[in-house]
Amino acid sequence: MTSCLIVDDSRVIRKVSRHILEAMGFAVDEAGNGLEAIDFCQQAMPDLILLDWNMPVMSGIEFIKLLRSTDKGDRPKVVFCTTENDAAHIRAAIQAGANEYVMKPFDRETLQIKLQLIGIA
Amino acid sequence: MNDASNRILAELLEARTGQQLPPSRRWRIGTALSGLYRELGITHLDQLIAMMAQSRDSVLAQRVVEALLNNETYFFRDRAVFDQLAQATLPELAKRRADRRHLSIWSAGCSTGQEALSLAMLFCEQESRWAGWTIDIIGTDVSRSVIEVARKGCYSPFEIQRGLGMVQMLQWFEESPDGWCASDRLKRMVRFQTHSILEPLPATSPFDLILCRNLLLYFAGENRARVYNRLAAALAPDGFLMLGAGETVIGHTEQFLPETGMVGIYSQTRAGIARRSEMRRCDTAA
Ligand SMILES: C[S@@+](CC[C@H](N)C(=O)[O-])C[C@H]1O[C@@H](n2cnc3c(N)ncnc32)[C@H](O)[C@@H]1O
Repeated sequence: MTSCLIVDDSRVIRKVSRHILEAMGFAVDEAGNGLEAIDFCQQAMPDLILLDWNMPVMSGIEFIKLLRSTDKGDRPKVVFCTTENDAAHIRAAIQAGANEYVMKPFDRETLQIKLQLIGIA
Repeated sequence: MNDASNRILAELLEARTGQQLPPSRRWRIGTALSGLYRELGITHLDQLIAMMAQSRDSVLAQRVVEALLNNETYFFRDRAVFDQLAQATLPELAKRRADRRHLSIWSAGCSTGQEALSLAMLFCEQESRWAGWTIDIIGTDVSRSVIEVARKGCYSPFEIQRGLGMVQMLQWFEESPDGWCASDRLKRMVRFQTHSILEPLPATSPFDLILCRNLLLYFAGENRARVYNRLAAALAPDGFLMLGAGETVIGHTEQFLPETGMVGIYSQTRAGIARRSEMRRCDTAA
């Protein structure tokens, strides 16, 4: 089963995302911020990370930079979830090591297309 | 809601577009027209029908029709078939047109243009294969408002990311105050025109490839047959027709047959080709 870690400080968003991902057949875990997520990844690196952009404690960008510098941290595919998609944000996400991004709120179909683009699902 | 008003609406839609509004789709009417109701300060379909009856031109009626149409679309809709286009269908057409080095493509029922622009991106992304070719993509739709959007080629942050990867977005679109706008390179390959698929063909036919996706499902009976006639008349005898995922010619027409080895791609039968010549003669006479 493909594993996915949802990193978002909003419990509601995590719940909705979990619902969609589980329906798509993923094994889902959650983290409420970037630090928790890094801890989680050090124990079990997921196949996919759905990452919020704006989070307290550690922003999405900080998280992904840190993740990519850790051992096996290049392995997970990372999809940014954001409400901002100006070109500057997207460039920053690519540079930091993101594989795709999806605009919030998303539905199952939209997410599925993004995952197909990066060879998951 | 009043049945007579519903019927008037259904007749209007059918007269302008050939589409049917079966009772099963009538639940959508209220939602589809809600923006228009708000703008006109009305709350009921009956009021709208009265306003249309009193208006001297057909502008309101056209707006009502356009509000009723389903314009759902996104970039590279059903990606697998675009991959197939890139890997199988277009290379085959390239062989068949090697002498002319020109391809003419029609996106029929193109909505806001994403389908035509996706095609343009396919060609641009296979630059070396198509060097020296002229590629002409025309998108048509019965709705004026979607053609206006398509001509502008600018999309909202939400629309642009539907179906497009982030690298493609940055490569082929530019951010502007109007949204994400198609680059000049893409725009040079596409043209858009208001046109009903039931009317005689746009002047540039015959086409080497016609995309008619997620449009035929709204047509029934005689009008569906008319659409197939138009498609047969517009397609080159050795060209390809592409329908949407889940759509098929089987049981609907004898003018087209599935192309072996390609999903959703159809070619003309002898009957289709005969029909084609006949239709083209009629259109020229008319
Ligand atoms: C659901 S959209 C499909 C858009 C695109 N082909 C796709 O598959 O993503 C169908 C489009 O067909 C258009 N349409 C409906 N009746 C038409 C007609 N008689 N002639 C041309 N276009 C028509 C609608 O306005 C709408 O934009």
